[in-house]
Amino acid sequence: MNTGTLRKILLFAFFSVLCLLILVPFYAVTIASFKPGEDLIRYGLNLRFDLSAMSFDNFVFLFTGEHAYFTWFFNSLLLTAVQVVLTLLVSATVAYGFSAYEFRGKNLLFVCVLLIMMVPFEILLLPLYTLTFNMGLMNSYSAIILPGVAGAATIFFFRQYLRGIPKEMIAAGRVDGANEYAIYARLILPVMKPSFAAMAILNGMNSWNNFLWPFMVLSDENKYTLPIGLKTLLTPYGNNYDLLIVGSFFSILPILVLFLGFQKYFIDGMTAGAVKG
Amino acid sequence: MIKNFLYSQKVAPYVFVLPFVLVFIIFWVYPLLSSFGMSFQKVTLGQEASFIGADNYTKLMGDTIFFKAVRNSAVYMILTLLILIPFPMLFAVLINSKAMWGREFFKSSFFFPALTSVVVAGTIFRLMFGEMEGSLINSLLGVFGVEPVKFLKGQTTGFVALVALASWRWMGVNMLYFLYGLKNIPDDYYEAASIDGASAFQRFTRITIPLLKPTTIYVLTISIYAGLAMFIESMMLWNGNNSPKNIGLTIVGYLYRQGIEKNNLGYAAAVGIVLLIITMVINLTQLALSGMFKKEEE
Repeated sequence: MNTGTLRKILLFAFFSVLCLLILVPFYAVTIASFKPGEDLIRYGLNLRFDLSAMSFDNFVFLFTGEHAYFTWFFNSLLLTAVQVVLTLLVSATVAYGFSAYEFRGKNLLFVCVLLIMMVPFEILLLPLYTLTFNMGLMNSYSAIILPGVAGAATIFFFRQYLRGIPKEMIAAGRVDGANEYAIYARLILPVMKPSFAAMAILNGMNSWNNFLWPFMVLSDENKYTLPIGLKTLLTPYGNNYDLLIVGSFFSILPILVLFLGFQKYFIDGMTAGAVKG
Repeated sequence: MIKNFLYSQKVAPYVFVLPFVLVFIIFWVYPLLSSFGMSFQKVTLGQEASFIGADNYTKLMGDTIFFKAVRNSAVYMILTLLILIPFPMLFAVLINSKAMWGREFFKSSFFFPALTSVVVAGTIFRLMFGEMEGSLINSLLGVFGVEPVKFLKGQTTGFVALVALASWRWMGVNMLYFLYGLKNIPDDYYEAASIDGASAFQRFTRITIPLLKPTTIYVLTISIYAGLAMFIESMMLWNGNNSPKNIGLTIVGYLYRQGIEKNNLGYAAAVGIVLLIITMVINLTQLALSGMFKKEEE
């Protein structure tokens, strides 16, 4: 065997071990979702694969039992969909303004976009909380959607993308007598389509998994999103593991399926921030 | 008349960026200023606030629990930096090498953990690091004859669980960032270096590391931010914001405790301002330092 093949085998072995380590928690939660919740309390989360202790009971309970899981699930779906559509449209519009025109205050405003990316959102939690309270928006989805509607990272990404679109297109639209907004809506938006996928996924993932701010705003159980609902299954008085584990498992599935189908866009979306300005 | 005004090329850009300006003013500038203002007041939700000068800050400087939170956040940040920068960088270089089989498969499976929410991932790790003999980590330790460890009851072991959770979730993402950076390094550089007789290690230290610098700075910046602002990970591991002897309390956790749990908003706002200052100082210093080094090289 030459050193080249040996190196290949060593590399492959090394990454296989690493990969196993990374997949272990997924494996553990998958088999736990087939075991009774008491097992978890008694033995903890482990890798024991014991068919005799496993059943579909939790899944039956998930789909037919009396609980709010699917209310939370559909709330999350709805909120994610609305948030993605609004954020993309608003951010794309703003990005177009930044890239297609020269205007007074443009640079200053763009510095503000960058600034948003540098200030930890967490320090704004309390003033936002009091603001939401005073605006009477507590327990509403508007309070969750509005602060993020002009997403800094999304604006940044779209602006980068728009740089690649020739200015002649805009000029041609003007010659044809289209007004500024028609040019954007009819000529530019269609060309931007490919860039929407990556940002839809990035925003969708963030929104699906978003926890702290919705947790602070929402108090009505029927309005909870999935992460909040799952969190409430853990109480100081005992934990509802039957639903928690199978519910956690089931909450990963949609995003995993999406990921396997649209991997390229996930990766484009995640690395979008690393693009140099 | 109004229509002509709105449709003019001078006005249109402002219409386009208006949503951003509104969001920026309402949800960033205003809260930031009010946070600053609140930090000099005694504020309780639903009651009139009263100005108390720098009292909140003076109290904060003598608050040992606050310093415990700062220390926890700082230690967490440093540990995540030490793990989540060099390892992903190394893995990216290895996975990028021509001798790699199944590159795409490994790239995606490393990315899987980033798809889970902190709530789900935190729950899984809490149970894996459970104190029972049979829970995952303890049963592994048992194979080596180690007695079951009560991970979440001790400072060091608790941090092992916290850092393991962070590493698990972010290793693949950071690796992707570095892979992205590697794409921008022309192959010619490596070929030229090989011809000049540079070893693999030399190529790594002389070409890869310096040319990955923009990516490293990016990852460093977001990791500092994420490390110092960490909260939910701790909340999930300890099933709430109260860990034994505050071993898992972070700065944002303390902000949350004071502001939301104790309705002591002014004091919590002061915690937030201190966090903002710490984050800004560290990140600006880091950015300035890396800029300075750049000049020295030139």
